[in-house]
Amino acid sequence: MTAIPATTTTTHLMTINMGPQHPSTHGVLRLLLELDGEMIIKAEPHIGFLHRGVEKLAEYRTYHQFIPLTDRLDYVAPFSNNLAYAIAVEKLLGMEVPERAQHIRVILCELTRISSHLLWLATHALDIGAMTVFFYCFRERETIYDIFEMVSGARMNLSYIRVGGVSRDLPGGFMEKTRNFIAEFPARLNEYETLLTENLIWKKRTVGVGVISAEDAIDYGLSGPSLRGSGVNWDIRKAEPYSSYDKYHFTVPLGKNGDVYDRYRVRIEEMRQSNSIVHQALNILPKGDFIARIPNITLPTKEDVETKMESMIQHFKIIIDGIKPPKGEVYSSIEAPKGELGFYIVSDGSSHPYRLKIRPPSFVNLEALPKMVEGRLLPDVVAVIGSLDIVLGEIDR
Amino acid sequence: MDNETIASLVKNNFPEAVTGSEIFRNELTLIIKKEYIPEIARFLKENKELGFDFLSDLCGVDRVETDGVFEVVYHLYSIYKNHRVRLKSPITSNDPCISTVTGIWNTANWHEREAYDMYGIKFDGHPDLRKILTPDDFEGHPLRKDYPVDGRQPATLREIYRKDEA
Repeated sequence: MTAIPATTTTTHLMTINMGPQHPSTHGVLRLLLELDGEMIIKAEPHIGFLHRGVEKLAEYRTYHQFIPLTDRLDYVAPFSNNLAYAIAVEKLLGMEVPERAQHIRVILCELTRISSHLLWLATHALDIGAMTVFFYCFRERETIYDIFEMVSGARMNLSYIRVGGVSRDLPGGFMEKTRNFIAEFPARLNEYETLLTENLIWKKRTVGVGVISAEDAIDYGLSGPSLRGSGVNWDIRKAEPYSSYDKYHFTVPLGKNGDVYDRYRVRIEEMRQSNSIVHQALNILPKGDFIARIPNITLPTKEDVETKMESMIQHFKIIIDGIKPPKGEVYSSIEAPKGELGFYIVSDGSSHPYRLKIRPPSFVNLEALPKMVEGRLLPDVVAVIGSLDIVLGEIDR
Repeated sequence: MDNETIASLVKNNFPEAVTGSEIFRNELTLIIKKEYIPEIARFLKENKELGFDFLSDLCGVDRVETDGVFEVVYHLYSIYKNHRVRLKSPITSNDPCISTVTGIWNTANWHEREAYDMYGIKFDGHPDLRKILTPDDFEGHPLRKDYPVDGRQPATLREIYRKDEA
C-alpha cells in the first residue's frame, strides 16, 4: 500500500465500512475506508464472503461435471467462463473443435460481452446518479437473454458449451432474431452516448478520476478494458487468437489517460466492435458439425442417444467414467468481458482434474482499487468500483 | 520468441538454478530451485529479450502425497513480446516457505495471500501476508489434499462473525 501523507484537516481520522451490503459495491465487497474529512487515506478491500470453494469442488468432479460450476463464477458473463474452461480442457486433450462450433462460440461470446457491458453501464451510471440509462440498458439486455434462452434453454447459467463443441445446434429463428438485434443495437448505443458521453455532470464525475498509468496498470496485473483504458494495446483475441478470432476484423479500442471516463469510452466502443463481430460471424457461419465426433471424449447428440444403442452406451460411459486426458498441465486464457480469464489445469491422467486454478480478471483488477482511490474523495470510490466492472462471484470463487 | 530460445536463455544464465524443463502442448515449464526465484523473476522481467512484465497468475499445487512438496507455480506473460512461460518451484511440505515476488510484480500481493490461505505457503518478505478468502477464525488450509471436501469448521460462521458482540 502506498502511504499518503496525511494533510490533516480534522482532529481525528474516521474509519468506515463500505459494504458488504452497500448497493454500489456490486456484490458482497467490503471496503474498509480510513477517512480524513471526505478524503480517503487508506482503502482496504475485504473479500471472500462468496467463497464456495469452486477450485476444491473441481477436484471431485469429472471434466464435464465442472461446466455448470463455471457459470457461477462471473455470473453476468457465464458463456465466457464456459468457453475459457472448455478451451483449456480441449488444449489438454489436444483436440480440434469443428469450425461451425467455433463460430457459434464466437457469436455467443460476443453477445455475452455486450450483455455484460450493458449491465456494467447500467449499474455504473446508476451509481453515479444517471437512472435513465439503467432502464435502457436492461431493455436491450433482455433481448440478448431471450436469444440465450432460445439457444440453451436457460437465461443466465447457460452451460451451453461441451468439451469439443456446443451442446446442440442453433435453433430455428435464431439467425433472424440475432440479426434484428444487431441491426438495431448501434442506434441504441448512440442513444446511451447522447445521455452520457458529453454530459457535463457525467464528465465531472469521471474525467481524471481513478487514474492509473500504463506502467502501474501492467504492474498491478490489470487486464481487459481496465488495462486498455490506460492505453495498453493488449487483447487476447488479437494476441493469442482462439476459437477462430483471427478470421474477424475488429479494432481494439484504447484510452489515453487511464481514468474512469476512458474506461467508459473503451467499453462503449467494445460493444460496437462486438456487434460487428456478431454480424460477420452470422455471415460466415459454416455448415457442419456443432460438436467434434470423438468417441470416449465428446458426448453424442441427444437424438442419437434416444435412437441408437451405441450412442446410449457411449453417453453412459462418458457420464459415469468421465473423460481421461493425458498426464500434463495447461494454462489457457481468453479475453472475457472483464479481462484475462485463465484456467490452469493439472491432470494426473484420471477422470478428475488434480488441480484446477482459475485466474479471475476481477480478482486482480480489484487489487488495484486502493491505488486508484487513495488520496481522492469518498464519492470517487463508487465511480472507480463501477469502472473496474467487478463481479464478486469470480473474485471469491 | 519460441519456447526453446526462452529455455536456453534462462538455462545459460542460471545453469545451477534450473533443474528441469518441459514443453507440453506448446507450453514451456521451467522448474526452478526455490532460492533462485527472486533472482530469476527479476531477470525474466528486466531482460530486454524476454520482457516478462505481466504476472498472469500465481498459485500453489499440493504434491505432498507423491513428492512431499508443494509447488508454487508462476504464469508469466510478456505484453510486448507476446510469449508465455510457466515457472514451477517445489518447496518442502514440512516448512513451506519461499521468497515473495511482490517487489517485482505488485499483482503478486493478492495471489500470494491466496496461496497462503489455501495451502499455508509462507512468502518471506511479503508486505501483508494475511488470509484473503476464508474467515479470520477458519482453521486449516482448504485446498490441501488432506482437507476433506465436506470439511466442517468447529465454529459456525455466525459465531465467527458475531464473536465481539456477546
